Amino acid sequence: MREVVLNAEGAKISQRTQRKHPKVFSASSAHPPRPLRSIIRWLTVASLAAALNAHALTITDDRGINVTLEKSPQRIVSLLPSLTETVCELGQCGRLVGVDRYSNFPQQVRTLPQVGGGIDPNIEAVVALRPDVVLMATSSRGAQRLEALGLKVVAMEPKTAADARRVMGKLGQLLEVPDAGRIWRAIDAGVSAAAQSLPARAKNTTVYYEVSTGGYAAGTTSFIGELMQRLGLKNIVAGELGPFPRINPEYVVRADPAIIMVGSRNALGLEQRPGWAGMRAVREKRVCVFTADESDVLVRPGPRMAEAARLMVRCVTEKAP
Amino acid sequence: MSARRGIALGLVLLLAAGSALLVGAGVGSTGFSSVLNARQDPIAWQIVWDIRLPRTLGAWMAGALLGLAGAVAQGLFRNPLADPYLLGSASGAALGVGLALALFGASPFATQWLVRLGLTGAAFVGAVGGVLLTLALANGVLHTLRLLLAGVIVGVVLGAARDLVTLAVPDILQAMQAFMLGSTGFVGWTACGVMAAVLVPMLAIAWALGRMLDGLALGESTASSLGVPLAAMRAALVAVLALSTGAAVAQTGLIAFVGLAAPHLVRSIAPVTHGRLVVLSALMGGLLLMVADVLARWIIAPQELPVGVLTAVLGGSYLLWLMHKRSARGGML
Repeated sequence: MREVVLNAEGAKISQRTQRKHPKVFSASSAHPPRPLRSIIRWLTVASLAAALNAHALTITDDRGINVTLEKSPQRIVSLLPSLTETVCELGQCGRLVGVDRYSNFPQQVRTLPQVGGGIDPNIEAVVALRPDVVLMATSSRGAQRLEALGLKVVAMEPKTAADARRVMGKLGQLLEVPDAGRIWRAIDAGVSAAAQSLPARAKNTTVYYEVSTGGYAAGTTSFIGELMQRLGLKNIVAGELGPFPRINPEYVVRADPAIIMVGSRNALGLEQRPGWAGMRAVREKRVCVFTADESDVLVRPGPRMAEAARLMVRCVTEKAP
Repeated sequence: MSARRGIALGLVLLLAAGSALLVGAGVGSTGFSSVLNARQDPIAWQIVWDIRLPRTLGAWMAGALLGLAGAVAQGLFRNPLADPYLLGSASGAALGVGLALALFGASPFATQWLVRLGLTGAAFVGAVGGVLLTLALANGVLHTLRLLLAGVIVGVVLGAARDLVTLAVPDILQAMQAFMLGSTGFVGWTACGVMAAVLVPMLAIAWALGRMLDGLALGESTASSLGVPLAAMRAALVAVLALSTGAAVAQTGLIAFVGLAAPHLVRSIAPVTHGRLVVLSALMGGLLLMVADVLARWIIAPQELPVGVLTAVLGGSYLLWLMHKRSARGGML
């Protein structure tokens, strides 16, 4: 019982009911036997306390910090695009009152006030929005400052598909959206469907995905790498190199991927790299250049995973030999 | 003459800082209305009292620490190009922050420990660690050239180590960049208190050692023949340099140019002895960073510019103008 009665409110109620119950039973003529009476009392108290405690939410965030909120937050500031997207995917977009400057999906968050970047948020702009909770990345310095000012901060930084699922579960808990699990299963089914739709000739196609100029590749443990694996594509970057290893250009030439994927921001000068003109993907023009919006879908570990899978399948279907 | 000019400059700098503080209370994402509503609206009060005032004051204190450290460095090394980051504190702090960010979430133990230390703590430990490494490589504080060389080497090596860390964990690139540019946006009253607690004793020590710095300006052999206890003085000044820089860098990140420009600006206006120079440099550095902080949240409000960019533009252009004026008259800076 002590475990259930957590907050001051709950404790107060339990005392009151304890005082009331003897009266209730003495008014009725039939007294239940003593052990049964105590069980009934226990159950009433426990269920009352549980009902009240349903409003006191405790979430453990990615920093390992327990954040307790009196009730589900109504005013939310999100400082990470993938968290913004997850909140909206849960159907709670209306609760957002501010976002960071990189949050650009769905369309309706573009009209919200922007409070700087996730790493360099404008503290007073966040405070001025009076949020019940601020969602942000763990690597931001702003978290400590916002907490010192009395705001609730939940820091989460999804990096893989498993993270994205966990974050959606946590946010579902926080926002009291009971069907968060179902929403995730729908996304997951979308990925599976995309994998099914991949033509048989395209299975095991070798792919190189460059996340950023300077040769940063999507490794197998990254979100993009995981997606490739689920679709049945073969990443040329070995698993032990970490999520976003910086690859020597000649590694790519030697692996000679069938398809190169790259965002339009990083596509410039790809063919001019020494030795790359001879690669079959470049020679046969099997390079997928994703627009900036499409790149956002692909690199953000969030609820648009199924769309990311479809983008990748579209590319491979068009370009695979 | 020059003493009176120095006092006048000090007063002007303080007065300017006071007015910048007032402006700073009224500038930000919500503009001046927060000041007007501060009495009725608790959020507006919080914005003015808990955010704008401490960050403006904190910018002044970080700038003062850097200005002080710059004056000490230039006097200690008898080199007008010396700046507070010379002894490896900047690269040490950056490495500390990089390691903290990279290890964050790597294991539950490390995460728990890092949450307690914070990025501020990691930066301070890194900055002081960098200076200690330099001292170890230079075999103490006695040899100026060896100290400078060791500082440069430590800077390069720790910088490379930081690059390796960011290469291994590219997720932290953005956070690292924010730290390198510096920001006064996260300074609260606690940070102000910490910086004040460092600034006051460091200023007192540097002031007390001012006469010895004057003696050192005549050359090391002359100084020691005048009876200056070189070893003890150097150790004390290096400690002042390391702690002042570490305290400022930990709270605000690597803010460029304030430490280098502040002593030059003071010298160009009022040529004074070292005791006064360190105090005036602190006042000048404080004002410089404070004005930069106010402008940083004013120019593109409600967004913010990185304050380090503005200090470089402000201090740099003034210094350039000064140099041009002087060289037109046939002199050097």
